[in-house]
Amino acid sequence: MSEYGVTPRTVPKSVALRRREASLRERALDRESPLRRLDWLLILAVAGLIGVGSLLVWSATRVRMEAAGLDPQAFLKKHIINAVIGLALASVAALVDYRSLRAYAPIVYVLSCIGLLAVLSPLGSTINGAHSWIVLPAGFQVQPSEFAKVAIVVGLAMLLAETRDAEDTPRDIDVLLALSFCALPMGLIMLQPDLGTTVVIIFIILGVLAVAGAPSRWVIGLLVAGVVAGAVVAPHILSTYQKDRFAAFANPAIDPRGVGYNTRQARTAIGSGGLTGKGLFHGTQTQGRFIPEQQTDFVFTVAGEELGLVGSGAIILLLGLVLWRGLRIASLALDPFGRLVAAGVVCWFAFQSFVNIGMTLGIMPVTGLPLPFVSYGGSSMFANMIAIGLLQNVHMRNSEL
Amino acid sequence: MSTRSGLRLFVLRVLVLTVLGTLLGRLWYLQVYAGARYSKAAQDNRIREVVEPATRGMIYDSSGRVVVENRTVMVVSVNRSLIRGERDGGKAVLARLGGVIGIRSVDIARLITPCGSPYPDGTPAKAPSCWNGSPYQPVPVRTYSTAVPGQTLPALKILEHREDFPGVTAELQPVRFYPYGPMAAHLLGYLGPIRDDERTNPRYAGLVTAKVGRSGVEQVYDDELRGHDGVQELLVDKDGTVTGQLKATAPESGDSLVLSLDENIQKLAESALQKGIRTARGTFDKIRHDNYKAPTGAVVVMEARTGRIAAMASYPSYDPSIFTKPVLPTPVYEALTDPTKGAPLYSNATQGTFAPGSTFKLVSTAAAVAGGADLHGYYACPTALRVGNRLFKNFEGETYGTIDFRTTLIKSCDTVYYGLAYREWQRDGGTRNVGRAREVFPTMAKAFGFGAPTGIDLPSDAAGQITSRASRLADYRAHKADYCAGAKNTKFGPYRRAIDQENCTDGMTYRAGDAALLAIGQGDVTATPLQLATAYSALANGGTVYSPRLAKALLSADGTRVTRIAPAPVRRLPVAADTLAYIRSALTGVTQPGGTAQLAYAGFPAGIVAGKTGTADVHDKQPTSWFASFAPAAAPRYVVVAMVTEGGTGGTTAAPITREIYDGIFGLEGHKALLPGGALPTKLPVVRADGTVAPPGSHTGRPAPTVVPPSPRSTASPASALPAFDRPRRQIS
Repeated sequence: MSEYGVTPRTVPKSVALRRREASLRERALDRESPLRRLDWLLILAVAGLIGVGSLLVWSATRVRMEAAGLDPQAFLKKHIINAVIGLALASVAALVDYRSLRAYAPIVYVLSCIGLLAVLSPLGSTINGAHSWIVLPAGFQVQPSEFAKVAIVVGLAMLLAETRDAEDTPRDIDVLLALSFCALPMGLIMLQPDLGTTVVIIFIILGVLAVAGAPSRWVIGLLVAGVVAGAVVAPHILSTYQKDRFAAFANPAIDPRGVGYNTRQARTAIGSGGLTGKGLFHGTQTQGRFIPEQQTDFVFTVAGEELGLVGSGAIILLLGLVLWRGLRIASLALDPFGRLVAAGVVCWFAFQSFVNIGMTLGIMPVTGLPLPFVSYGGSSMFANMIAIGLLQNVHMRNSEL
Repeated sequence: MSTRSGLRLFVLRVLVLTVLGTLLGRLWYLQVYAGARYSKAAQDNRIREVVEPATRGMIYDSSGRVVVENRTVMVVSVNRSLIRGERDGGKAVLARLGGVIGIRSVDIARLITPCGSPYPDGTPAKAPSCWNGSPYQPVPVRTYSTAVPGQTLPALKILEHREDFPGVTAELQPVRFYPYGPMAAHLLGYLGPIRDDERTNPRYAGLVTAKVGRSGVEQVYDDELRGHDGVQELLVDKDGTVTGQLKATAPESGDSLVLSLDENIQKLAESALQKGIRTARGTFDKIRHDNYKAPTGAVVVMEARTGRIAAMASYPSYDPSIFTKPVLPTPVYEALTDPTKGAPLYSNATQGTFAPGSTFKLVSTAAAVAGGADLHGYYACPTALRVGNRLFKNFEGETYGTIDFRTTLIKSCDTVYYGLAYREWQRDGGTRNVGRAREVFPTMAKAFGFGAPTGIDLPSDAAGQITSRASRLADYRAHKADYCAGAKNTKFGPYRRAIDQENCTDGMTYRAGDAALLAIGQGDVTATPLQLATAYSALANGGTVYSPRLAKALLSADGTRVTRIAPAPVRRLPVAADTLAYIRSALTGVTQPGGTAQLAYAGFPAGIVAGKTGTADVHDKQPTSWFASFAPAAAPRYVVVAMVTEGGTGGTTAAPITREIYDGIFGLEGHKALLPGGALPTKLPVVRADGTVAPPGSHTGRPAPTVVPPSPRSTASPASALPAFDRPRRQIS
C-alpha cells in the first residue's frame, strides 16, 4: 500500500541514530528527510498557480492603481506577501505532528465559529454584497468563512475516522454527528449570506462522507435533499442581488449594463483571447477595466484574454495536477483520517475551481468564490495553503515509520 | 482502506476529470470556435467613434450669389430610449421639457415616437408627427435661432439643469438657411434625416446623424455637397474615459455647388408667373361663365445653346426653411401635398404633365415635312375636318382658306394638322396595326425629347406621354383587365366607365382620331414645361436636343479643385436646317400683328421674340394656357416656356408672362437689363483665400484651380423621393 513498498514501524532504530549524527546537508538529502518526502509535484503545481496568479493580479490592477495615483505594484506585492505567509502556514500545517493534528481540530473549529459569529456582530462589514468580513486595524480584512473550510475538513475527518464502534465505515450515528458538527458554521455562513461558501461546504461534506464509506443512502439522500431544498428554499432566502445573478446566468442578454454585465464582459474577455491571447498587459478588456472584481473572483478572465487558450488551459491543467496529487495522497493514506482530510481538500478545490472558472465561462451562476491560489485575497490564500500543508502532512506520513 | 472507500475515491476521480474536461471544452468553444465574435465584441467595447460633422457645401447662383448657406441653431433633442428608461417612462421629464420649450408633453411624446410604432395612447403614429430617423438617435424637437439674442434662453436653461432633463440634449447644429426665402424651392430642395430603411444603403454608410438631401439639387448632388465627416476612433475604458486615440480623420467640407441659375431672373420668373396667374384669376372666361381658376403654373427659362437652366418656377411654391425646423405641423405638411391646394411640394415644371396643345405644332410641322409634306406648300384650313367618323373643328370655328405653314403656325390652324396626320395615319395602315408603320409624328415627338424624362439634374423628371401604334398595343396588353373591370365598376362615374368600356373593347386600336389629336398636342399627348423648353431649345439652337442642367460646377471648399458639369447634348434632331429656320422665322410672326400672341406682345420691339401659343383643352376644365418662345429670334439665346393651368388661351395668360421675363433679361421697355449684355456669365465664380465665393472674373491672387472632368454621376437622375402623383388618364378623343 505504501509508496515505497516499505511498511511503517519496521524501520530499524539505527536509521534514526544515523540521522541524528549526519550533517545538515546530508540530512536534507536523506531519503527519510521531510524534504525528500514532500510531494514535489504538488508543490510545483501550486507554485505555478501562484506564479501565474501573481502576474494576472498584477495585470488586472496595475492600470487602475496607476489611474488612482497609487503604487501600480501594490496588489502584486501584497499577493506575494500573502503567498509567503501562506507558505509559512503551509509549513506549519505540514510539519505539525500528525497525531496532534486531531487535537488541534476542535481548537480550529471553535476559533472559526467565533470568527463567523464576529462577522455577524457589529465587527463585521459588507463587501460586494456579502457580509463576510471582519475589518482589522491597518487595513487588514479577514474572511473567517475561508478558515471555516479548513476547520470543517479536519473536523469531519476526525469525526468520521474515529467511528463509534471501531467499525471500518461510519454508521448512521456517525453521519448524524458529523452533520450536526457542520451545522453551526454552515448556519452562520448562510446568515452572512455567503451562498458560494455554503455550497462548497456542502460538497466537502458529501465528498468526505462518501470517501469515508458512509452508507449510500446518506450520500445520495443528502445530495437529493440538497438539490430539492435548494430549488424550494432558494427563491425565498436568496437576496435580490443573488436572484439577479441567477437570472442573469439564465439569460445574459436581459440587461447588458446591469446584472448581466459581469458575465457578458467576462465572456467577451475570454472569447476575444483566442488561442494564444493578446499578451500579458495587452488585454483590451482587462486594461480597459471592463470587468469588475477582476483580481479576485474574475481573475481567470485575465488569463483567458491575455494568455489565450494556451495560458488559461495551463491553469486548468495545473489545478488538475493539484487535484490529481490530492486524490493520489488520499489513495495512499495509511489511515482513514489522512485519507478523509485529503479527500475533503480535493472536493473543496475541485468544486471551488469549477464554480469560479465556470462562472467566467458562463456555465455557472456568478457567486463570490475565489480561484484557489490564483485569485487575490489573503484569507483565501492562507486557507488554501494550510490545506496544501495538510495534504503534505498526510503525504509524508504515507511512507513514514 | 475499505473497498467502498476505494470505489468512492475512484468515482471522485472520474468526477474531477469530468469537471476539468468540461472547463477545457467550454474554454475551447469560447476562445477558438466563437472567438471571432467575441473579438469583435471586445473591439466594439473599447472603441468609441466621435463624429465631427463635415460642413455641407453652399449653393451659389451663376454670379456667385449665395442661394443656400449654413446657419447655426440651438437644437433641443430627446433621446427616446433614455427617456423611456426613467422610472415613470419619462412623463415627468417630458412635462418639465414641455414647460420650458412650449410644446405640450403629449406632442413631444408623439414627435419622438418612431413612425410605424404606436403612440403612447396606442393609436398608430402618423407622419409628420413621428420620428422618421433611426430609433436610437436623439430626436430634435425644437430649434432656436442663435442670430436673435435671447432666443436660445430655454435651451440654455436645459443645459444649466441637466440633472432635471435626463435624456434631453441641447446643442448647436448647422442648418440650411435660404437667404432668398422661398425662391427656387423646387430646384434647391431641402434636407431630411436618413430614414431607418435607408441605413443599409451604401450611399449613406457611416452616416449616423447627418441629414441628407431630400429634393432638388440637394438630393442629386448630395454626395458632393455632404463632404466627409471626421471620425476620431478613441480607446476608452469601461467608464468611457479616453485612454488613447486609435486613428483620426479630419472632416472634409463638402463641395460648393454653382448653379446656372440667375437669382434675378429666377425672382423675375416667379413674380411674372404669380402676376400672370393673378391676372388670369381676374379674367372672365366667356365659355364657362366664371373667372379662370389658374390654380397652378410653371415657367422655364433655358439657355438655348447649352440647355442650362437660367430660371425655373413652379406655382404654388413653398418655403424650404420649414424643413429645417424639427416640427412640421400636420396641417402644413398636408397642405404641401394636397392636390386641391396645388400640391406646392410638387414641381409643375418638371413633374407636372399637361397636354401641350398647339405648342406641339413645332413637332407636327417638322414631322409632316419629314414625312414628305412640302415645306413651302399650301394646305387647306377649313372650319372642320372629318377624320374617321368624327368631325374635328378648329378653335372657335376659324377658317383661313388655303395657307402655307407660316400662316398655319401664326394662326394656329388645327385642321391643317388634322389633315396631315390623317394622311399619315392612312398611309401607316389605318386601324390595322400592320407593324411597318412609319409613324412620323410620334417618332418626331420622341426625337424632340417628348415621352421620356429629360435627364435634368433634379430628382423629379416626368416622362409625359406620346402614343404610337406600338405603345398603344403594349399599353392595351398591360391594362386590358383593368379597363374591362373599370367599365363595370359602378363606383366610377359614367365618363370614366365610358372610357374604360371603349378601352376594353377597342383599346388596341390606334384610331384616326388619336393620330389627329396627337398632331395638335391633345388627346393622349402630355408633356412637362421642361420638355417643351428642351424641344424649343433644339429648334432655337439649330437642332441639338440637350438634357437640361441646373448645376454648372462643384468647387472644393478651398477653391483648389473645380469639377465642371458640362452641358449634355443628347441627340441631333432628324430635321433639315432649312425646316428649322423656316419654323423659327414663322414663329416670329406669332408675336406680330395677326399672330396668336399679338395682344400680349403689342408695342414690344418687333422681331425679337418668336414663339408659339398653346390652348390645350382639358376634359371638364378650363384650357391650359401655354407659350413656348425664344429670343432674340435671329440668334436665339434663351427659351422661355410659360404654362398656366385653367388659365385660358396661350396668348392671353402665358404669353404676357414671357414678355415680362424677356423685358427683364434684355432690359427692354425701360427696364434695366438683369444680365449684363443679356447673357449668363460663362466663367465660374471663384473661391477667395478665406473660403468665400466671389463673382466670376474676380481675382483671388492664387494659382488657377485644378479642373476635374465632369463626373459621370452628375448626368444621372435619381428617382423621385416624392410621392407619385396620378398620371393623367387617357381621355376620350
